[in-house]
Amino acid sequence: MPKDHGIGASTKRREDLRFLTGVGNYTDDINIHGQAHVYFLRSDVAHATINGIDTGAAETMPGVVRIFTGKDFEGVGGLPCGWQVTDKHGQPMKEPAHPVIAQGKIRHVGEIVAAVVADSLEMARDAAEAIELDLAELPAVVDMKDAVQSGATKVHDDLDDNLCYDWGFVEENKAATDKAFEEAAHVTTLELVNNRLVANPMEPRVAVGDYSKANDESTLYTTSQNPHVIRLLMGAFVLGIPEHKLRVVAPDVGGGFGTKIFHYAEEAFCTFAARQLRRAVKWTSSRSEAFISDAHGRDHVTKIELALDKDNNFTAVRTETYANMGAYLSTFAPSVPTWLHGTLMAGNYKTPLVYVNVKAVFTNTVPVDAYRGAGRPEATFQLERVIDKAARELGVDPIKLRRQNFITTFPYATPVAVEYDTGDYNATMDKMEELMDLSGFEARRKASEAKGKLRGLGVNCFIEACGIAPSNLVGQLGARAGLYESATVRVNATGSISVMTGSHSHGQGHETAFPQVIAEMLGIPEDQIDIVHGDTANTPMGMGTYGSRSIAVGGSAMVRATEKIINKAKKIASHLLEASEGDIELKDGAFTVAGTDKSVAWGDVTLAAYVPHNYPLEDLEPGLEETAFYDPSNFTYPAGAYACEVELDPETGHVRIEKFVSADDFGNVINPMIVEGQVHGGIAQGIGQALLENCSYDENGQLLSASYMDYAMPRADVIPNLDSYIVDHSCQTPCTHNPLGVKGCGEAGAIGSPPTVINAIVDALQSGGHKVDHIDMPATPGRVWQAMQG
Amino acid sequence: MTKVSMTVNGKTVSGEVEGRTLLVNFLRDDLQLTGTHVGCDTSQCGACVVHVNGEAVKACTMFAAEADGAEVATIEGQANNDGSLNVIQQAFQDYHGLQCGFCTPGMVMSAAALLKENPKPSEAEVRDYLEGNICRCTGYHNIVRAIMAASGQDVPAVAAE
Repeated sequence: MPKDHGIGASTKRREDLRFLTGVGNYTDDINIHGQAHVYFLRSDVAHATINGIDTGAAETMPGVVRIFTGKDFEGVGGLPCGWQVTDKHGQPMKEPAHPVIAQGKIRHVGEIVAAVVADSLEMARDAAEAIELDLAELPAVVDMKDAVQSGATKVHDDLDDNLCYDWGFVEENKAATDKAFEEAAHVTTLELVNNRLVANPMEPRVAVGDYSKANDESTLYTTSQNPHVIRLLMGAFVLGIPEHKLRVVAPDVGGGFGTKIFHYAEEAFCTFAARQLRRAVKWTSSRSEAFISDAHGRDHVTKIELALDKDNNFTAVRTETYANMGAYLSTFAPSVPTWLHGTLMAGNYKTPLVYVNVKAVFTNTVPVDAYRGAGRPEATFQLERVIDKAARELGVDPIKLRRQNFITTFPYATPVAVEYDTGDYNATMDKMEELMDLSGFEARRKASEAKGKLRGLGVNCFIEACGIAPSNLVGQLGARAGLYESATVRVNATGSISVMTGSHSHGQGHETAFPQVIAEMLGIPEDQIDIVHGDTANTPMGMGTYGSRSIAVGGSAMVRATEKIINKAKKIASHLLEASEGDIELKDGAFTVAGTDKSVAWGDVTLAAYVPHNYPLEDLEPGLEETAFYDPSNFTYPAGAYACEVELDPETGHVRIEKFVSADDFGNVINPMIVEGQVHGGIAQGIGQALLENCSYDENGQLLSASYMDYAMPRADVIPNLDSYIVDHSCQTPCTHNPLGVKGCGEAGAIGSPPTVINAIVDALQSGGHKVDHIDMPATPGRVWQAMQG
Repeated sequence: MTKVSMTVNGKTVSGEVEGRTLLVNFLRDDLQLTGTHVGCDTSQCGACVVHVNGEAVKACTMFAAEADGAEVATIEGQANNDGSLNVIQQAFQDYHGLQCGFCTPGMVMSAAALLKENPKPSEAEVRDYLEGNICRCTGYHNIVRAIMAASGQDVPAVAAE
């Protein structure tokens, strides 16, 4: 029987009630009395010198309150970068200034040139049309390899060139890796692109700045995944507002997928303008605006090589990747192609030597930063594609080749500086094979061929590093933030509980899953426990939600705080029961004395804590509220084996995913329903990357795919049918270094699915006699059809 | 400014709008019915779907003035009279057909329109009908299950045991 409450139960989500009835509280639903609206005039050219901005006519337009330009932000800090990478020569990365509003130069389409604040959005937009820009357009540099040629157009005049850093990892492995390639029995080489994506949470970004003269306090309501980090970055580095005078609130947030981690210019602007104008200022992004102002994701061009010995053992992996940074460094951008990518290049395999080179490049494009998976999808795609290609070149079964090279003993220290604590990659592969019915594939292929179609099977594995931490390690790697998490467990006098967490929920269901953990620990009903998050005024300093860290890090902080609660409550109970503290047991919401029938209910203990008439006041403070900050000792390492079958129409190049199976190891699972939902969502985004989604720039730096008319989002009909789509998480090797044994599940689908789909398409093409050993994403009908033409 | 009057969720409402004011803005800004969401500006995403005179309409494709005299239904009016979730809303919760909840009102309104015209849709018909609604969180799998379940069809339980 499945559990009906506590850890492991598919408890229905309580947050659904407000979302399903239209009473959610998203940032755009917030309106402050007397607020003004801002419309950002954004550049429609990618690269230009600003010779002048004439706002004269616009300023006289109806309703205009004030127009801001870059001049108004002289003396104000720029947007800070939160991660510094040191290159292979020991030099720090180049870190150009990133102004809130362009100063002197425009460096990408969408950069803010002026901000019009008016009584209504329509008035602001009307006035913006009357602003006259005197721009001297410059050639733009868009292609990364062009950008690093000598004599290339420079994105930043004050830098020597467009190379942000040239990172080698692990540099000490390089000579040995090169030697392994010289001695290899077989080398497989693959050049590929990891296409640039837009995260596209359905809720566009919103910022509402407010200011209270009464206490000199600024408040920012924003669509953020980590309000405390925004408060720190914006307060300390941009606007110089003391943290205690700045409150950041991220209420219901309609999806993030990474793109709402970062500190954006619009947040700083609204907060700044509200202080200047003594009036709330609101900005709501349009979707078209989101395409040119939200940080983009991925965008790697890679050459990967795999060396094998005569027995098909992997002996070395060597990569060279160009990673696009866009025109500026977004908040965590430098960490993505380096520490979130290079450290995963060992994959699930015991390859003894790995060397990763990453050249990060500035171009005249929208800044790029973390998007669901962040670095791990890029690592997995190239590794699992090159392994598949190697299997074909060697004429061996791709599953057998992978199994032969799996890491099978744990803990396992990889050659790229991480230690996998637990895992069982054969178990997930076994489960995938079982669910996928591989033995029936040839019959299914014949049935497709009888219809004139090609059928392909794609398999692959992945591993990722989640629960991003620990602080001292990431600090050594260049992070300018800690990566712990916090929780305050506040027990009320009547026994109900409010948990203030530094994690943030933007679709993950924390309000449901977190109480399941505490209910399990205390033996009280889940509905007695509420989760408070998203407001710096009433939560402890936390790092927010991304990198599948909420339950692994945030949940662990909550467990630690709850353990403190239990310890204190037992002391109170021992006093009430006149028994030794060591004999007190907590079970099913009551404290009992071991071996007796003496007991006191949870609610009586909590009441005694707040009405301490019969209470050990000489030994114990009244009250029952505890805080814990939890800093893990390692990342967690979820892993999985994925497979899909595609049917390809050789007449049109159209690909349809007919069957999909994921077998994941997430360690322990708190709420299976939520976990499966997260995997479905991740796989849909991965299928989107593999088949549909792409940012397309022209040579002048114009974004050609800047709306839902041009950027192909996955819709319901591209996802496999209900009866041929299985996500499984029954293979569980609990994490050994957090108290819940959890690993994290949020990004798995987006990491595991792109190579699955592309491997299947290549298999389908080869089954039709087409000599195609790779196809770049997105595998659109046009691209597939062209590949078939040779 | 133009005066408009319409029935929204059974109540008569009126207001003054500009010619360019969209129905979705009238609902959100003037009536504070913020359950209807704006997810794009090209009528692609479907977060703003409401019913106008019984038909599913993207409230960002229609001027408020065009809805003068119309019967409008929004997500706020969908629950049962006792406040409990209606069959479609309940199925979305039971089958985990939502995560961040932002596309959800539009999904529920589209699902209601579908089931009104086709009470027992096939899976393919459900997926086809949702072509105007984008969800980024759920991967659609559980949305499709929820709509099938709401139509009274047999759908497997929500999570693996």
